[in-house]
Amino acid sequence: MASAFVAPGRRLDKGVEALMVWILRIGGWASVLVTFGIIVTLVTESAPFFAKVPLIRLVKDTMWTPLFSEPQYGIGALLAGTMVTTLVALSVAVPLGTILAIYLSEFAPSRFRELVKPMLELLSAVPTVVYGYFALLALTPLLQKIYPDLPQFSMLSAGLIMGIMIVPYVTSLGEDSMRSVPMLLREGAYALGDGKLGVAVRVVFPGAFSGLAAAYVLAISRAVGETMIVAIAAGLQPRMTINPLESAATVTAFIVQVSLGDLPHGSIGYQSIFVAGAMLFLLTLGFNLAGHGLRKKFHRAS
Amino acid sequence: MSTVPAQDPNPPSASSTRPRPPSPAASPSADQASIKVSIRNLNFFYGSHQVLRGVSLDIPAYQVTALIGPSGCGKTTLLRCLNRMHDLYPGNRYEGTVQLQPGNTDILGPGMDPIQVRMRCGMVFQKPNPFPKSIYENVAYGLRLQGMNRRRDLDERVEKALREAALWEEVKSRLHQLAHNLSGGQQQRLCIARAIATDPDVVLFDEPTSALDPIATSKIEELIVELKKRVTVIIVTHNLQQAGRISDMTAFMYLGELIEFGETNRVFTNPAKPQTEDYISGRFG
Repeated sequence: MASAFVAPGRRLDKGVEALMVWILRIGGWASVLVTFGIIVTLVTESAPFFAKVPLIRLVKDTMWTPLFSEPQYGIGALLAGTMVTTLVALSVAVPLGTILAIYLSEFAPSRFRELVKPMLELLSAVPTVVYGYFALLALTPLLQKIYPDLPQFSMLSAGLIMGIMIVPYVTSLGEDSMRSVPMLLREGAYALGDGKLGVAVRVVFPGAFSGLAAAYVLAISRAVGETMIVAIAAGLQPRMTINPLESAATVTAFIVQVSLGDLPHGSIGYQSIFVAGAMLFLLTLGFNLAGHGLRKKFHRAS
Repeated sequence: MSTVPAQDPNPPSASSTRPRPPSPAASPSADQASIKVSIRNLNFFYGSHQVLRGVSLDIPAYQVTALIGPSGCGKTTLLRCLNRMHDLYPGNRYEGTVQLQPGNTDILGPGMDPIQVRMRCGMVFQKPNPFPKSIYENVAYGLRLQGMNRRRDLDERVEKALREAALWEEVKSRLHQLAHNLSGGQQQRLCIARAIATDPDVVLFDEPTSALDPIATSKIEELIVELKKRVTVIIVTHNLQQAGRISDMTAFMYLGELIEFGETNRVFTNPAKPQTEDYISGRFG
């Protein structure tokens, strides 16, 4: 009945519409399929590893030397490197990124903000290999002037630079969520006699916390997964230490290092890459789930 | 409020302002002697656009004054001059004087700190805007700003404000839960509690019930009438029945000018100016 009134061109529109739906559907499924592909690969490739090495050795061993003639499989040595560099990076990125976000959203004149935001986002477009060499060749010598015993490769230097790299993520997401706090809320606080800083800290910050939490989680995931900076500047020696002044390999650095050599397909060293990869996957998955939960909790609040 | 005599056959707009003994009709001279806010020749500009034109108005203490008029007439702009809210945005300019009693404070004076003004003139907004904090912290916000930190003092004042906002019984068991879990009407009463907790001289209401249902609206209206025992109330409303129900004085504005100001009963039943009559009888606006 209604189709009797449809203009002739509508028939074509319908075909285009159906095509669009299919393109979008394929796009959506592709991302799901890729994720599942990764999981399947990680599981099938690391399964033979666990057939040869009991799971308990991952925890019990204190060193990670899968390529030695008497191999040790203490994945803790790699996780320690990842954890320390991530913590160093976060201790830079979270305060700096948050303060910058508050400044840009609440204090900066709009023209300054329009200037700074694209520049800040450019910072995240710098290739990480550049950051890595910057850490190794510029920051480490500088730190050695303050602390002469610092080795050439150190988790401190790599972590600090990684923190700088992550700042734009925190700032950009954080600023967006702060600016989406309704003006009405700010006016409510001003009307009680609060000043600019008080409104920013007491009203805007808690109001934007769900967005900030998301920004922090993204920052953690970036830091955990970052490869080039740590591979270049933190060293490649797996070491069970929590001292950022030492050098140590991270999970990602190990994967790079081992996959550069010519390992025979199916050897235990080859399989150990996938074990490390699976570890990384679990770690970021955990953080993302935690972040999602946090966001949901605060979303209900604000 | 339940004591309103039922025998009064008059329409509600005329009846409900009458039975309260201390209303201006009972003793006009004594009440009108104490002026809380006196506005003289107030002009206001958004950039180069003039929104208020020579407004002069004396707002009596401990009464409800309603600002009415069609959209864009400047009533909200006038209200927001009284706590210097316009200072938050660039390009706004005031001319004239607004004196707040006691102390002859010139709100618009060059040396006047807007924060000092806002601590004396609380505000309730069009939509409930509780902070993303607990019920308790929402009410304590202004008190903390004024330097109150002792837990016992805060507890006492928060309870007092919540009782005055007729919200205490509903929230006393969950003071430390998030304010966003309250209903819209409760949130608005919380915002009223927040505004009166610091004992301001004046409370400004900017269409406080425009986002609420009729039941929540009537609770807010009762509350406003109760409040005038303690504070001076100025309310912007586009609801004429509401102005009739709760206000003692009414100011009608049109195109940025004050057209008529007087006792609500008189303005509604016997307006002096033709524009007022047209607006009140629904001929425009």
